[in-house]
Amino acid sequence: MSFGRMHRKEDARFIRGRGTYTDDVRLPGMLYGAILRSPHAHARIVSVDTSAAEAHPKVRAVITGQTLAGLNLAWMPTLSNDIQAVLATDKVRFQGQEVAFVVAEDPYSARDALELIDVDYEPLDAVIDARKALDPGAPVIRDDLEGRTGNHIFDWEAGDRARTDAVFERAEVTVAQDMLYPRVHPAPLETCGAVADFDKVTGKLTVWCPTQAPHAHRTLYAMVAGLPEHKIRVISPDIGGGFGGKVGIYPGYVCAIVGSIVTGKPVKWMEDRSENLMSTAFARDYHMRGEIAATRDGRIQGIRVKVLADHGAFNGTAQPTKFPAGFFHVFSGSYDIETAHCEVTGVYTNKAPGGVAYACSFRVTEAVYLVERMVDVLAAELGMDPAELRLRNLLKPEQFPYTSPTGWEYDSGDYPKALRLAMDLAGYDKLRAEQADKRARGELMGIGVSFFTEAVGAGPRKHMDILGLGMADGAELRVHPTGKAVLRVSCQSQGQGHETTFAQIVGQELGIPADDVEVVHGDTDQTPFGLGTYGSRSTPVSGAATAIVARKVRDRAKIVAAAMLEASPDDLEWADGRWSVVGDPSTGKSLAEIALAAHSNLELPEGVEGHLDAVTVYNPPNLTYPFGAYICVVDVDPGTGQVKVRRFVAVDDCGVRINPMIVEGQIHGGLADGVGMALMQVMAFDEDGNHLGASFMDYLLPTSMECPSWELGETVTPSPTHPIGAKGVGESATVGSPAAVVNAVVDALAPYGVRHADMPLTPANVWRVVNGNPFRTDLAVP
Amino acid sequence: MQVPATFAYERADSVPHALELLERYGPEARVVAGGHSLIPMMKLRLAQPEALIDINGLAGELGRIAVEGDELAIGAMVRHTELLESVTATDLFPIFRDAERVIADPIVRNRGTVGGSLCQGDPSEDLAAVFAALRATAVVQGPGGVRTVPVRRFHQGPYETAVAPNELLIQLRVPVAAGTGSAYEKVERRAGDWPVAAAGAVLRIEGGTIVQAGIGLTAVGAPHFCAPEAETYLEGREPGEEAFAEAGRIAAEGCAPHADQRGPADYKRHLAAELTRRALVRAAGRS
Repeated sequence: MSFGRMHRKEDARFIRGRGTYTDDVRLPGMLYGAILRSPHAHARIVSVDTSAAEAHPKVRAVITGQTLAGLNLAWMPTLSNDIQAVLATDKVRFQGQEVAFVVAEDPYSARDALELIDVDYEPLDAVIDARKALDPGAPVIRDDLEGRTGNHIFDWEAGDRARTDAVFERAEVTVAQDMLYPRVHPAPLETCGAVADFDKVTGKLTVWCPTQAPHAHRTLYAMVAGLPEHKIRVISPDIGGGFGGKVGIYPGYVCAIVGSIVTGKPVKWMEDRSENLMSTAFARDYHMRGEIAATRDGRIQGIRVKVLADHGAFNGTAQPTKFPAGFFHVFSGSYDIETAHCEVTGVYTNKAPGGVAYACSFRVTEAVYLVERMVDVLAAELGMDPAELRLRNLLKPEQFPYTSPTGWEYDSGDYPKALRLAMDLAGYDKLRAEQADKRARGELMGIGVSFFTEAVGAGPRKHMDILGLGMADGAELRVHPTGKAVLRVSCQSQGQGHETTFAQIVGQELGIPADDVEVVHGDTDQTPFGLGTYGSRSTPVSGAATAIVARKVRDRAKIVAAAMLEASPDDLEWADGRWSVVGDPSTGKSLAEIALAAHSNLELPEGVEGHLDAVTVYNPPNLTYPFGAYICVVDVDPGTGQVKVRRFVAVDDCGVRINPMIVEGQIHGGLADGVGMALMQVMAFDEDGNHLGASFMDYLLPTSMECPSWELGETVTPSPTHPIGAKGVGESATVGSPAAVVNAVVDALAPYGVRHADMPLTPANVWRVVNGNPFRTDLAVP
Repeated sequence: MQVPATFAYERADSVPHALELLERYGPEARVVAGGHSLIPMMKLRLAQPEALIDINGLAGELGRIAVEGDELAIGAMVRHTELLESVTATDLFPIFRDAERVIADPIVRNRGTVGGSLCQGDPSEDLAAVFAALRATAVVQGPGGVRTVPVRRFHQGPYETAVAPNELLIQLRVPVAAGTGSAYEKVERRAGDWPVAAAGAVLRIEGGTIVQAGIGLTAVGAPHFCAPEAETYLEGREPGEEAFAEAGRIAAEGCAPHADQRGPADYKRHLAAELTRRALVRAAGRS
């Protein structure tokens, strides 16, 4: 009833410019903060002289690492059991690292005062190339950690090594390929920032901040700073894009809070574009070597991977505690593979911390890219069509629920159907015929196929937590006497349309219009606890909580309706959004009628309270496993190396679609992301550690000019564990599309004997690949 | 938030007024027209002028495009969009349409000006190559009056031009001749990006022979954004694929590109040849 296409309730304010973002928050007496950042990638701090800045007439406070050390706040815990400097005390470890914080009466003076701070640095050799981080004699970045003599962070493995090695030893065919998923940045249009307001009278701290996980922030502030949790209120207002980059707590947030405590005034800090690109959570940076073992006729038997993971200067990746490589070990992908094994080694480098951002589904992105590139490498080796090779190896519908070689339990799917639909929509055979004609004329056309399976919607709690906080979500539903409802959820939209989608879920369950449901989110004083919005978990977890809390309301309504109808609840049925006596629709009572009755003088059975409100906490029994088949068609100009994405067909299966228009919007955005990553985006560094992508002139976001008119298709395989059969979709297209684009370009370059090329496939990179002389895309172009 | 350092601001209401303000504030003042190069540099504090002289009030006076005698006159305050949409300019010289369609994006083109682009003196500026190919003349006004500078002597190095601190570029003049074809070819990593490399070509063909060739190159370290040896090679020859390819090779030899994140030097040199060839082919087709 309430599922289906409807315009987003949020659009009315967004398209009128009436959203309220963190930077729109203005409080009486508010002061402004600015951060002094390191120009060096690696340097010892000899001295910091703030006297000239403090003498600036409009400066109210200058905070340094030494100031914070006095409060035991110079370092803070990361989400990966490491510590990160809030303001540097001993050394700076990446270009753009936070060194000092100025609080002034206006943002201009704060920025001016940064130039009055005199920091004496002693530059040190930097570790920039992750592949050299473990070299003997490499500079030790984390000499703050006791006993640390190198840059090694962790080794981690999954799967069955012995069995996998055995399969490789007897395989008819093996292929191997080195590949880099380069460091990229989610680059939300709204940068990070905070307004902190500590009220000395009440002892209450209020923080406005574009966080994807407001409750987690509040609890962590309480744990780290020792502030009582009920005296902390985190308000996450409208957010201009998050993509995983707004999950963690950044030094600037802590500085704003300390600034407010020190000055007794509210303090606003908003970072600029370059600060955002240089210092906030990056994504990927996985140096991978993949191998596949197969039979001569194209039956994949084993897959193994070695990964060198660049985690930057502090291990701050945001993922469930037990998973240092996120969900990377889902890398056997969508295929029926006997055995798999992966090893991941994490290293420190002189780059910003992060590692899980940009719609990566906890590194499912890297996993899908790896396996989808490897399947194409195998197809080239076997001389087999890549779509045919996939069809030969995809899991079959009857294999679900399917346990992967690394222990994931895929919930449901019909993979061959999705791929065949994508091939039909694309006109696959005709495209191959066109390609053959063009090749005969010396023209370069490529067709790229990718198939992905995602694992989204963390928990369950028994397997997944962040710093001990289990990954489950609460929901509260209040029904007013007139039947209008208020839903309170813990997650926080960054553009996903929660206010619409979740209202539609309530509407569907209670037989009321979605417009009659107000969705409250983002304010920890007003919403129940939960872990937040990232990893495509909102619909799988909070959406499930919403359906369940609505069903609780419906069950309460049944008791009230029974009293109204003077019938036994057992004799009632729910049909067409009303409770009625079985077989007599004319007796039907709508939610509005029941709600008013619940608050009236109606006599209710003993022990039944006169309201319909309900609360719940949803601890998911399993992840959901959305999947899809993508086909990309490109034309490559052999004279210039320019790639034009001509067509992109995307068939997505995210289970039941609550609002297909929002789902399609999410897919459109993710596909554009994929084109960006495949063709233009990278954060490279020169040998001194200078960031070579620190503005939108250098870090390129795709525009409509680079994107074709997306051609979407869908299949619907409901999740068996989710109460309404939905699966997450927010990151599907970002996960699945880069491999399709790269596979298409590599396919186009097949006449040159090319089997692989690293992203981003800029014109220069493509031209060099064609000429057999590719360069490292993560370093300065030579 | 990116905020510039403190600066004074003056709005000029005529060319003499602008010159007077430049005189008053001295060499640390900067003229602002569209502001799409200068303001970002100020926000990053890469540029910290003491004063901005805003000449947007001169858009009427300096915003005309017209054929005057045997020249096309383009005012320095003509916005990119206005040049792109000027049938007078683009019918005579399709190179303007080719180039302006790929300069930045519509938002920048609505504000950015022809004169501002040239005076910024960015070594990757598209219009520098276009006007070099067209052998245009820059008209500069100062306290002593008006003088002209051939565009091929206008740029004196990266971000350095022939315009003195107390002068204003007021107009570009492009010679008009029958039988002229022109074209522009650019490779960019993404729409709106600066060029990895770009080439413009202007050919005047009479009786099946090239009587004059103009080749402009940008972002590839071509001295004065042009390729005189390749032009000399073409003049007197018949237009043709082989001649154009050879001209491209000669043009590339005269370039000294630097590697940056847009590409390595060998690739840019290759593009100089390839894009010169392509621009010549298209220009010949239009003559």
